[in-house]
Amino acid sequence: MEKPVLLTIKGLQIEGRSGDAWHPIVKGVDLTLHKGEVLGLIGESGAGKSTLGLAAMGFARDGCRISGGTIDFDGIDLRTAPEAKRRGLRGKRIAYVAQSAAASFNPAHKLIDQYCEGPVVHGVMSREKAEADAVELYRRMRLPNSEEIGFRYPHQVSGGQLQRAMTAMAMACRPDLIIFDEPTTALDVTTQIEVLAAIRDIVRQFGTAAIYITHDLAVVAQMADRIKVLLRGDEVEEADTRSMLAAPRQDYTRSLWAVRSFARAEQPPATGTPVVSVRNVTAAYGAVDVLKNVSFDIHARRTVAVVGESGSGKSTTARVITGLLPPRKGEVLFNGKVLPPNFKARSREELRQCQMIYQMADTALNPKLRLRELIGRPAEMYLGLRGKALETRIRDLLALIELEPDKYIDRLPSELSGGQKQRIGIARALAAEPQLIICDEVTSALDQIVQEGILKLLNRLQGELNLAYMFITHDLATVKSIADKVVVMQHGAVVERGPKAALFADPKEDYTNLLLSSVPEMDPDWLNRLLAARGGHA
Amino acid sequence: MTILLSIIVGLGLFFLVGFAGRTALQAAAPAHHKPMFREMPLTASFGLAVILFYVAVAILAPAIAPFGEGEVLGAQYLPWAAPHYLGTDKLGRDMLTRLIYGARNTVGIAFATTALAFVVGSVLGIWAALVGGRLDQFLSRFVDALMAIPALIFSLLLLTIFGTSVLTLILVIAAVDATRVYRLARSVAQGIVVMDYIEAARLRGEGIWRLIRREILPNAMAPLVAEFGLRFCFVFLSISALSFLGLGIKPPTADWGSMVRENATLITFGDITPLLPAGAIALLTVAVNFVVDWQLHRASGLKE
Repeated sequence: MEKPVLLTIKGLQIEGRSGDAWHPIVKGVDLTLHKGEVLGLIGESGAGKSTLGLAAMGFARDGCRISGGTIDFDGIDLRTAPEAKRRGLRGKRIAYVAQSAAASFNPAHKLIDQYCEGPVVHGVMSREKAEADAVELYRRMRLPNSEEIGFRYPHQVSGGQLQRAMTAMAMACRPDLIIFDEPTTALDVTTQIEVLAAIRDIVRQFGTAAIYITHDLAVVAQMADRIKVLLRGDEVEEADTRSMLAAPRQDYTRSLWAVRSFARAEQPPATGTPVVSVRNVTAAYGAVDVLKNVSFDIHARRTVAVVGESGSGKSTTARVITGLLPPRKGEVLFNGKVLPPNFKARSREELRQCQMIYQMADTALNPKLRLRELIGRPAEMYLGLRGKALETRIRDLLALIELEPDKYIDRLPSELSGGQKQRIGIARALAAEPQLIICDEVTSALDQIVQEGILKLLNRLQGELNLAYMFITHDLATVKSIADKVVVMQHGAVVERGPKAALFADPKEDYTNLLLSSVPEMDPDWLNRLLAARGGHA
Repeated sequence: MTILLSIIVGLGLFFLVGFAGRTALQAAAPAHHKPMFREMPLTASFGLAVILFYVAVAILAPAIAPFGEGEVLGAQYLPWAAPHYLGTDKLGRDMLTRLIYGARNTVGIAFATTALAFVVGSVLGIWAALVGGRLDQFLSRFVDALMAIPALIFSLLLLTIFGTSVLTLILVIAAVDATRVYRLARSVAQGIVVMDYIEAARLRGEGIWRLIRREILPNAMAPLVAEFGLRFCFVFLSISALSFLGLGIKPPTADWGSMVRENATLITFGDITPLLPAGAIALLTVAVNFVVDWQLHRASGLKE
């Protein structure tokens, strides 16, 4: 089984600069990759996955430097090789696929022009041959209209297709090694499957070795032959995929595996007047209806998860409830009373009752305000707290979200980690003492372990403070752990709704079924089985 | 030679004062503000020392000036000798006295003008970006129309209509400059109003004034502060240009811009007296920009 070794990294150390000091990012990692093998690199953000992946090309980002160790690619020492030689390798023998294809393609050039650049510059083939080759690879990546799609610009192609076009581009010179840096993280589950299947097939067909970087275990289980787990720049363990999944040796790996074990206890059916009820809402941006006759209720102490792909109208529903987008037809009731459609017409009391937590805590918190003001402002405004009472309230709220008041009260958002920022978002919503909190993809920008902490916190707060949650997400694992009721949306309409357990056990609609079956599972045979069940092609 | 030496000694003195002042501030500042002064570069403390010196001179002008502002004391163009340490000008007025009073007029007017332009321009600009729609259209097209008229011609026109007093001078130059500030503030704020935290604040029910002051302005500070440094210096030019045309600061009020012009002929005789007011402007300009750079560095978050 032993194939020749392609890439050997020994004792690799990489440092990053902050101010005048260098601090380690990768602390002496070893890595061996054989020809045709796929290695999965997993870890939380800040584990050094991407940095290590780039180092495999002999490259360090701005502000980083490779400070120790060796990188040997097929007999070439990438650390000492002159820049010209390294540049000759990149794109030709080592290729890179970035997380966001949309940000990595040049928007001013057609896909095929960007495809041909690599082969022509490296002198592998002529322009005409490269174009013919591009069409062939687009076909193998199962892109629709493979003859013609290359002549479109990046913005004329969907995200999943763009990611596949990028993989085809990386394949252009038939490299020995491709580095995939979270290629499906930004995609919907249903799209993700297509991309995963296409990537896996093409890598196998050409016998290309690959390093697959991701934070999603279930994904890496489908793609990789071997898995290496990283934590803060150190290797935790490495083993082949099946034995790693079956019997992880380290505690940290086990904690990664167990992360989605959290599930909320089953709740009895809710009764009484719902906190919020959306009745037959139709809403439009301009002339296009983006919501069509949407209705559902949310009761106190209950969580309703609204799921669907991007563009299905989940966030638009939230905008209707908050009053940012007055509906064309239908109404929103709060405790049985009709709310004014536009938030400007709502009273301060009505505004207080409904709070929102955003997906990106970075843009949801004013970067120039200290936590004291960020959290304190709603309490000051709605509850009229001043001086000492306000200070006490801010400290209580910080304690409630499990941040030490004395340490954090005068910090700026930039001095917090991603998970801590999201906690501040929660505290700001709680400060208003609302009845309903709308959570718009609150965990999707976070690592899994941090996600779990946030979900547990939200769950605990719901019990303590009698909150109703509307939980918008495309991540069904989150739904499984926190929801009581699920509303499935597609193209702006509610496809199916019902209690979580019933819906997951026996989905009535095809779309719900497709959505549920697309969630990657930890089983390494999951993708094979699914593709077989769906009739070969995803 | 002695002149060169005294310039060097003078600048060195400012540096020393700046350094001492910075050390004192670091010790005396409340704990909360300590980091701000710890990271203060020497250039900024130099700039601060210069600005404080100018302000002191401007305030204390009547007390420290040896003669009256418009007093004609003797022959014109006297050389540098006691009691006229920097000589006299073309009407026989004491140069040193007029330099001191010039600080009061020129710096005071320039500062008031720039500050006014910034308050009006940035508040209106952010307001337009925040509210959008018709208000934005109305304000922006109005500003476009004003900007379409060359600044100098427009100021001349306004000054002719409203008459020339120091107050109208300030208001007219501020109005012209505010259009530029408006443009900048609006474009910066347009990038900020789409952020989620602005949406959150709107949904909270915050008023316009609070949104402008606490949510948007702190995030728009960096480019505005940089622009402030630049505009402040351009105002000197505007005042001098208007004075030259007889519509700016009226004689016998001393103003550095006009003083350069009035005494310019002396240069041809190898006398550097007309360079003194020019040097005073240059030094202040450099000092202001040193301080602005420091604030810009802080506001833009480059420190991290």
